[in-house]
Amino acid sequence: MKRLFKTYLEKPELAGLILLVLLVVIFEIRSDGVFLNQDNLRGILGILPETGLVAIGVTILMISGEFDLSVGSVFALMPMSMAVLMVEGVPFPLALLAGLVVCAVIGFINGYVTIWFEIPSFITTLGMLFIARSLTIVVSGGFPPLLPVDLPNWLFTSFVGPGHMFRMSFLWFVGIAVLTSLMLSRTNFGNWVKATGGFHPAAASMGIPTARVKLACFMLCSMLSGFAGMLQVLRLGSPLPSIGEGLELQAVASAVIGGVSLAGGIGTVAGGIIGTILIRIIDNGLVLSAVDANWFKFAIGFLTIFAVVANAWMRKRAKAIKMEG
Amino acid sequence: MDDAIISVRNLHKWYSGVHALKGVSLNFKRGEALGLIGDNGAGKSTLINILSGVHTADEGEILVDGKPVRIARPRDAMNLGIETIYQYNSMVPTMSIARNLFIGREPTRFSVFGVGILDQKKMGSESIKAIANVDLHLRSPDALVGELSGGQRQGVAIARAMHFKSKVMILDEPTNHLSVKETQKVIGFVRGLKEQGVTGVFISHNMHHVFDCCDRVVAMARGEIVLDKRIEETSIDEVHNVL
Repeated sequence: MKRLFKTYLEKPELAGLILLVLLVVIFEIRSDGVFLNQDNLRGILGILPETGLVAIGVTILMISGEFDLSVGSVFALMPMSMAVLMVEGVPFPLALLAGLVVCAVIGFINGYVTIWFEIPSFITTLGMLFIARSLTIVVSGGFPPLLPVDLPNWLFTSFVGPGHMFRMSFLWFVGIAVLTSLMLSRTNFGNWVKATGGFHPAAASMGIPTARVKLACFMLCSMLSGFAGMLQVLRLGSPLPSIGEGLELQAVASAVIGGVSLAGGIGTVAGGIIGTILIRIIDNGLVLSAVDANWFKFAIGFLTIFAVVANAWMRKRAKAIKMEG
Repeated sequence: MDDAIISVRNLHKWYSGVHALKGVSLNFKRGEALGLIGDNGAGKSTLINILSGVHTADEGEILVDGKPVRIARPRDAMNLGIETIYQYNSMVPTMSIARNLFIGREPTRFSVFGVGILDQKKMGSESIKAIANVDLHLRSPDALVGELSGGQRQGVAIARAMHFKSKVMILDEPTNHLSVKETQKVIGFVRGLKEQGVTGVFISHNMHHVFDCCDRVVAMARGEIVLDKRIEETSIDEVHNVL
């Protein structure tokens, strides 16, 4: 019993999970039962994949000990490059592939510059935030191109399931979340990611290719962000160059609320997702509870600090529980 | 010469103008516990870093079992059976004991290009065995390394080296920051190496520790070897005088 208690206190995503349950109950009561009804849930689940996928990428990268501030710009650049290509007559699958390659290249540059010039990824990706945003506007020529009408929306944004509860994007999100979560917890690569972020000198001295591990995480993060941006553009029906602004900090907040350590090594994909759901729920719940919507950012800010404090406190409590031997 | 498991010949190393190793030649004999002693900056860490693949020598050669080898990365050294336990911990505190034991050498159930699904069952059972083999008693292989004491961590590091059947175990100041009791435990580990047929290299600047557990003492100063004698042929005073 004591061991079980200790194991759960050590789980980094626990604080977020408790808050999540608590807020759902509060919002459900405050909104007179509107919060958990089908229409509202459908609204939340329709947007969740877009910020959720970005949070997954940022979470994994943060566990490996690095940072990416360029995700919001990549979120806009990837669908914009796709749109420009499609206007030129490139078919959707090829444009998708090209868009993902653009993301991979940006992730590679982020990682390469950070690792080989030994500068903080905060700086590299801050630079990339501006570069990628600027490129988005440059390739669009100032006017967002019109998307072709024959897009495979059935694969990405159509409503499916019982009562048309989910968008297809939600299934993509669940699939990617499960895969990345298993990758982190069940594969040797996941072990290397945690070791690299947990204590770099030890990882390097045990022969882990830490540079390649980080590079892979940077590229994965960029590709997930770009893919998420594409989902949003398909949902909105137009590639606006301004989408994803401020998303980078929201993604970091999601990860941190979900128990991911800024210093690396600690965290789970599930935690990042819990953090994202929390932010989405607050966004939605404040409106439903008829609270002035300008309190939204206040709530996120408060939650970020509170979750980290709560996590630190619980970890200390867990450590204090002495086990025999 | 025949019983040398590792020989280094005329090793030189410069660090941005500083001549850290000035032509060091040394035989590490099979099954022997060798104590490497010297003040800070004497070159002992440089020598060890070259053997463990953290740095490469600018000049000179390394022979393992009489054959010339190239050690460019930590992985190369491990593949040759040379395992190093560093003075800073070679453990990731945020990970479990089982995961730490297999860092970089995880058993997988199948893999594509070296990436695959962890065999967690095997990791659990083998880490219990590995820890028991070095006479360490820990509650569970799932405990976080960050919760262990410094001595226990060194114990796990030694268990790891034993588990991967290393032929040569280099311990770089393993007793730093340890309590007296834990230091005794680590010294006990070094003594036990011989029974397991493992060659030990014990780096320390504490003479008493070296004289406690080693067969031979090598002293370094200013990038050179200044003394190389069997323990029974020398004394702490003599080693002190040459440093």
